Amino acid sequence: MMSDERIQAITVPKWGMAMEEGTVTGWHLEEGATVAEGDEVLDVESTKIANVIEAKGNGILRRRVAAEGTTLPVGGLLAVIASDDVSDEEIDGFVSGFVVVAVADDGGAGGPVPRFADVNGRQIRYVVNGEDGEPIILIHGFGGDMNAWMFNQDALAADCSVYTLELPGHGGSSKDVGDGSLDVLTEAVEAVMDVAGADHVHLVGHSLGGAVALQVALDHPGKIGSLTLIAPAGLGSEINGDYISGFVAAQRRKEMKPLAQQLFADPSIVSRSMVEDLLKSKRIDGVDAALAAIAGCQFADGAQTLDLAARADDLDVPVQIIWGSDDAIIPVSQADNLAGASVHRIDGAGHMPMMEKAAEVNDLIAGFVARA
Amino acid sequence: MARVISMRKAINEALFQVMEEDPTVILLGEDIAGGEGSPGESDAWGGDMGITKGLQPRFGKERVMDTPISESAIMGTAVGAATCGLRPIAELMFVDFMGVCFDQIMNQAAKFRYMFGGKAETPVVIRTQIGAGYRGAAQHSQCLYPMFAHVPGIKCVIPSSAYDTKGLLIQAVRDNDPVIFFEHKFMYDQVSDDVPEEMYAVPFGEANIVREGGDVTIVAIAWMVHQAKAAAEILAGEGIECQIVDPRTISPLDEDTIIECVEETGRLVVVDEAYPRCNMGTDISALVAREAFGALKAPIQVVSPPHVPVPFAPELEDAFIPSPEKIAEAVRKTMNYK
Repeated sequence: MMSDERIQAITVPKWGMAMEEGTVTGWHLEEGATVAEGDEVLDVESTKIANVIEAKGNGILRRRVAAEGTTLPVGGLLAVIASDDVSDEEIDGFVSGFVVVAVADDGGAGGPVPRFADVNGRQIRYVVNGEDGEPIILIHGFGGDMNAWMFNQDALAADCSVYTLELPGHGGSSKDVGDGSLDVLTEAVEAVMDVAGADHVHLVGHSLGGAVALQVALDHPGKIGSLTLIAPAGLGSEINGDYISGFVAAQRRKEMKPLAQQLFADPSIVSRSMVEDLLKSKRIDGVDAALAAIAGCQFADGAQTLDLAARADDLDVPVQIIWGSDDAIIPVSQADNLAGASVHRIDGAGHMPMMEKAAEVNDLIAGFVARA
Repeated sequence: MARVISMRKAINEALFQVMEEDPTVILLGEDIAGGEGSPGESDAWGGDMGITKGLQPRFGKERVMDTPISESAIMGTAVGAATCGLRPIAELMFVDFMGVCFDQIMNQAAKFRYMFGGKAETPVVIRTQIGAGYRGAAQHSQCLYPMFAHVPGIKCVIPSSAYDTKGLLIQAVRDNDPVIFFEHKFMYDQVSDDVPEEMYAVPFGEANIVREGGDVTIVAIAWMVHQAKAAAEILAGEGIECQIVDPRTISPLDEDTIIECVEETGRLVVVDEAYPRCNMGTDISALVAREAFGALKAPIQVVSPPHVPVPFAPELEDAFIPSPEKIAEAVRKTMNYK
């Protein structure tokens, strides 16, 4: 395919390993509209989730290639943005010559191949997006998996090498978590840090993954470039204990759906397919026992056992904290508990701002990493 | 990690894994290895459909037993062994043959827990094939599951995807009551989807919402789930959005989900490949008429075969099976009702 810097293609993104195609559900802009970086261009939905696609540069929306209702494979051409000195013929040529680049993986369409790191007999699954730039490691929260970062991996990979791992007991990693102590989780991050090989790694941790990232940063002075904590655990005792115990116990859709809805400011984000995926991951042998062990160790009796806020002085890295104003799991008031950290409260987001306000969070992370 | 495999492979994998996990699991059935006593290789067949292939070489003749052609011997052995601490999985080739050993199932296995004051457990799994479309004629093509759902004390499982097949079969083996696991023979290679390599159990009594849609609820079982999906595609082109519910187990039946779904859409079509008298179509219709009558915007429709034996003539057999077109027509009827 001819590459032309003057012409930008907007293509169907890949949100999570299972996504193979996306459907256009609406356009925000008419053809001919002036577009600035970050403008919302169109809405796309997969079988699991919907999100808005933003422009990555400035120009004019020259062509809406896919009409509303059209379904295209991941990588398929949705729109063309170019300045007005590019002729219509050149745009036509770009559209007709566009080739969807499929990346081979484990059978799905496109996306990186899952890899495994070994640590103390456990296998830690991770994927890498982007080969160039400094490494960023994304660490999901309690009961999550790499899909928590489906809106962030590709965006952050533009300038960095993004490692998304799955903690023991979660996703495709080994289910044994020992006694559920933080060590078992930090070891997993350290194993992926070793694979990444750089001595300057940026950690991004969400919820329980935030506490894990914070502990790793404390344990490895000099090796961490920056720390982004999104609605992290480990900065206070309060936590929604009913959510934690309910999530561990939930076996059925009816039990899981109201719990998943608590994660978002807008509960309508929670689709049947999202609930089904949570149940599917919990049905795997060993997962419920792992979650119970971690909950028993980290969130016993409805309160957090780990409080790292007092150790702010021991941190030698820049820290930013991102928190949804409507977080129903860990109160946003804890955002101020870590001295020296820059704090960003995000309106209209619950406990999952990296999903609910993905573009905003991506900008914050990319900017912070670039400055660190 | 999940990968796409067929229902055939999902059953075989589940059997391997439960036998690896639990030494009390045994398999018995006709030709499930390769025809005991006959010359030739010992694992020649793996059952009449090849589902159990490879199990006898791995687990030996003590745990994977070719039996004589005697359904009552298979069932009596399996039920007796279950009461004595094993977890037998008996393969009863075709559900059509159940008449030969029905007493052992409905009067013995199904009653032990009840009649012994809750002190007896009978963790037996009976795998058996159902369904038309295989040119198997009247004695090898029926969907007799309503006869078993009728009897208290038996759990009846009917998967429609490879994912559900593996998870429900693992749950069936771990369950402490008699479970009949109905496999639609037409689906073994027709249906493939994402299945985790790890072991996992899908709970009984939890319906699956296969497709979202706001206009009409279609409750369908086994192969009919796929026929309903094809119908929903046709209807989507007409602007009609179908919600498809697969009960996955008909005993226990997830009544709540069915009722809630009909309360959302106000219309119900039940698709059941079993003969129309006293099938799940009539049972689910009665449930909804009783519990959600006020939500209904149109009379309930049931799509079932005619009340005749499954024909052998291919044209007649195809006409017998509820088709996507017939399902779509039933949906339109509920949409057009005034």
